[in-house]
Amino acid sequence: MSAPELTPTIGLEVHMHLATRTKLFCGCEVAYDAPPNSRVCPVCLGLPGVLPVMNEKAVELAVRMALALGCTIPDLAKWDRKHYYYPDLPKNYQISQYDQPLGVGGFLEISVEGGVKRIGIIRVHLEEDAGKLMHDEGGGNSSVVDLNRTGTPLLEIVSEPDMNSPEEVRAYSTALRQLAVYLGVGHCNMQLGQMRFEPNISLRIGTGPDGKPRYTPIAEIKNLNSFRSVERAVAFEIARHREEYEADPQGYTLERLGKQTRGWIDDREVTFLQRSKEEAHDYRYFPEPDLVPFVPDRRWVDEIRASLPELPEARRRRFIEAYGLPEYDAGVLTADREVADFYETAARLCEDPKAASNWVMQDISRVLNERKVGMAGLPITPEALAELIRLVRAGTINRNIGTEVFDKMLESGRSALEIVEEESLAQTSDAGELEAIVEKVIADNPGPAEDYRGGKEKALGRLIGEAMKASGGKANPQLVKEILLKKLGG
Amino acid sequence: MNASDLTAIQMREAMGKGDLCAREATEASLAAIDQTDAKVRAFLSTDAAAARRRAQEIDRRLKAGETPGLLAGVPVAVKDNMCTADGRATTCASRILEGWKAPYNAHVVERLLAEGAVIVGKTNLDEFAMGSSTENSGFEATCNPWDLNRVPGGSSGGSAAAVAARMVPVALGSDTGGSIRQPAALCGVVGLKPTYGRVSRYGLVAFASSLDQIGPFGRTVADAALVLQAIAGHDPRDSTSVAEPVPDYLARLEEPLEPLRIGVPKEFFGEGLDAQVERVVREALGVYERLGAELVELSLPHATDYAIAAYYIVATSEASSNLARYDGVHYGYRSSDHADMIDMYMRTRAEGFGDEVKRRIMLGTYALSAGYYDAYYKKALKVRRLIREDYEAAFKRVDVIVGPTSPTPAFRLGERTADPLAMYLSDVYTVSCNLAAIAGISIPAGFTKAGLPVGLQILGNVFSEEKLLRVARMYERETDWAARLPPVCEGRG
Repeated sequence: MSAPELTPTIGLEVHMHLATRTKLFCGCEVAYDAPPNSRVCPVCLGLPGVLPVMNEKAVELAVRMALALGCTIPDLAKWDRKHYYYPDLPKNYQISQYDQPLGVGGFLEISVEGGVKRIGIIRVHLEEDAGKLMHDEGGGNSSVVDLNRTGTPLLEIVSEPDMNSPEEVRAYSTALRQLAVYLGVGHCNMQLGQMRFEPNISLRIGTGPDGKPRYTPIAEIKNLNSFRSVERAVAFEIARHREEYEADPQGYTLERLGKQTRGWIDDREVTFLQRSKEEAHDYRYFPEPDLVPFVPDRRWVDEIRASLPELPEARRRRFIEAYGLPEYDAGVLTADREVADFYETAARLCEDPKAASNWVMQDISRVLNERKVGMAGLPITPEALAELIRLVRAGTINRNIGTEVFDKMLESGRSALEIVEEESLAQTSDAGELEAIVEKVIADNPGPAEDYRGGKEKALGRLIGEAMKASGGKANPQLVKEILLKKLGG
Repeated sequence: MNASDLTAIQMREAMGKGDLCAREATEASLAAIDQTDAKVRAFLSTDAAAARRRAQEIDRRLKAGETPGLLAGVPVAVKDNMCTADGRATTCASRILEGWKAPYNAHVVERLLAEGAVIVGKTNLDEFAMGSSTENSGFEATCNPWDLNRVPGGSSGGSAAAVAARMVPVALGSDTGGSIRQPAALCGVVGLKPTYGRVSRYGLVAFASSLDQIGPFGRTVADAALVLQAIAGHDPRDSTSVAEPVPDYLARLEEPLEPLRIGVPKEFFGEGLDAQVERVVREALGVYERLGAELVELSLPHATDYAIAAYYIVATSEASSNLARYDGVHYGYRSSDHADMIDMYMRTRAEGFGDEVKRRIMLGTYALSAGYYDAYYKKALKVRRLIREDYEAAFKRVDVIVGPTSPTPAFRLGERTADPLAMYLSDVYTVSCNLAAIAGISIPAGFTKAGLPVGLQILGNVFSEEKLLRVARMYERETDWAARLPPVCEGRG
């Protein structure tokens, strides 16, 4: 009997902080750089007698994300308490949503080799984050807790186990982040812990005698906080499952071993067992009596739906079709909503989408990187860039002068046309003037001229370069080339 | 006449005429506490100096011509499960919160202060409001002012006893399954449990969140109405508080309700009802009949036996969750002797909580456990719905429902402490009101031969407090039970 094919089957739970000003159930500011325990109040400290009050902005952002993922917003969503004891959780229960979440049944499309793949979304729900526990690094017996993060709104997005490789997990994770940032739902800054991943991994072991698929045990890896770590952890687990299965094909199955929880050691790139099925927590979920169920107003939901911008994947495909852009360009340009908006305005005004793409991907990106700013910090408008592109396109200036003009625009804020006129940068296409320059270049560079005549075609480039230099860069390079060829008896 | 014999309404009138000032009212209250509380032990803490300062401030404001609040200068006691940011401890009568000082005021405390009240002290209770005798206090048992060998009822036994012994004219209690009405009945005072959501729970240390409600104690119906007026209303900090307008409870208090149809459920007169209590309640019904009310026999099939069962699942489930936060990590008691974190959790809770609290945490934890949730908690919620439907149907036929508040008068200290089930049955007529989220009041209806007070419970539909108070007042006007002085007050200066 041949060994069955083992297909990695992966689902992902993603937690992201919502971009609200305040926490989920109190008025404390969400802050990441504040002194420990300075953004707390009786409510998020879980003091005796306090009650939670739902942050409506958080719910709106959650619904926005759910709608963008194609989820249904149920007529009633409720809050539940999830119980576990840990010092970073002051109430020893987390307010979450158990069986009636804010959004159910959606999908996210990701780019995979050979096309687009649809990853199902089981549910989207809101919950409160816990604080941060810091253990005594000096080997002592004490720990300290910072509750600034306690109560930060956390959106949990649970996918179907539709992914089959670490690469797909990464593609899904990045697409989800892009979508959240696009929608203004979350900032998803990995360094700040604003996005965290918990993949569930098992391998499908062909089909059993009953015709149903069989699986290796499910491993859930907790608290991964970068694209890299989630991808590596999934790859590690796939390999580990394969080994375990091959060592014991009868015993290493989901029916026998169930689900286990594992941790990830980032520097060693290995997972380790945290809890087996027998040790699984009983969270004792029950409806949160301090909050009333949330009944979304249908008109409100429709308004949020109507306010959704074009989503990144749809926009990427439209850029390819409408502007004839290569896949690569479309992907880069739509990765950030502000970049995509900028590009699209410039492309429409200059009527040269490919040129606009090059300018945005090269020159604009360079400035953003150098200055470490976003589009809002860029001193050039898409209208101004479009004018510059039109000047190049019309032959008024050449591409190299264009870059020079671009830099001057950045420095002075003047328009491209002003700079070209005031600094006489317009391209020289006057045949008489250019002929004189070319004759002088040939006379001054007998060596290369002779080389070219002797068949060394490369020498022509050198001569064109000299002619351009002699013209102060303003010569029309195409004309220079033509005249040179004529003079050299080509 | 001693100011401590005045009702809150009488104090207001006297102050309005210039016959009394806040300082005098406060001094009278402090003196009564001094003379009486060593025997009754109603208070867990008093702060005479702070009360005097506060009274002086109120007097100054009144002199300056400020509009007096509803409770200007009135001494008030607050059950010690409501947060006070005045530097006094808020303990819930639990060792686990011994010495804990709340950094904020409960909504009701803010309201009392805004209306000019002088908070003289915090009263004893069963630990975390779990009990029917105040014997479960982690610090001391309170005694019934009518017989010091008997319990005051509970869990708001301290507040009920403080009002009955005339140490304060009015007090606040909380009622999760009868914790205002039952001690009111056993101490011979008026106690009102408002509709769930009528009074904000913000700052009330939670026992069972879906059942807890704060309400007033007074010696008269009018005083209960006055305090309810001060504390009722929407509070955005409590999502379960309701934006329903608050009527003027005193405006029509003297107007009898006509016609008046009174429902008399047969389940409230069944096995376990003390004969003397039944006699007193039947006589009270007779008073209403003479006043022209029509008595309607009816049935609330789920409101007694099923209610007790459902109540002890819902309440303990919520309690097991609400009390999870007392773990020694962030505040309150922490066991000094522990090997590691888990050991610290276990020892802290083992040493900090009393037996009844532990019993309920275990019951609730069990009821919410995987595999048991549907059989217990979910089923209890179904019963809860049936109880609400019982009442909804009843209130289509009658204006109010009347019966005994407690099946027995005050029992002896220690009599039921060894038998939790017997203790739980003290609430057999009161828990269904909380499960149905409706309003209820207990008023003094007479005495047993031994001189123990008997309470009459009047239940009304949601937001029917005004009606309840008027119906209560109709009876009160025909009787003078409130005038009788408990033995512990006799010969007081």
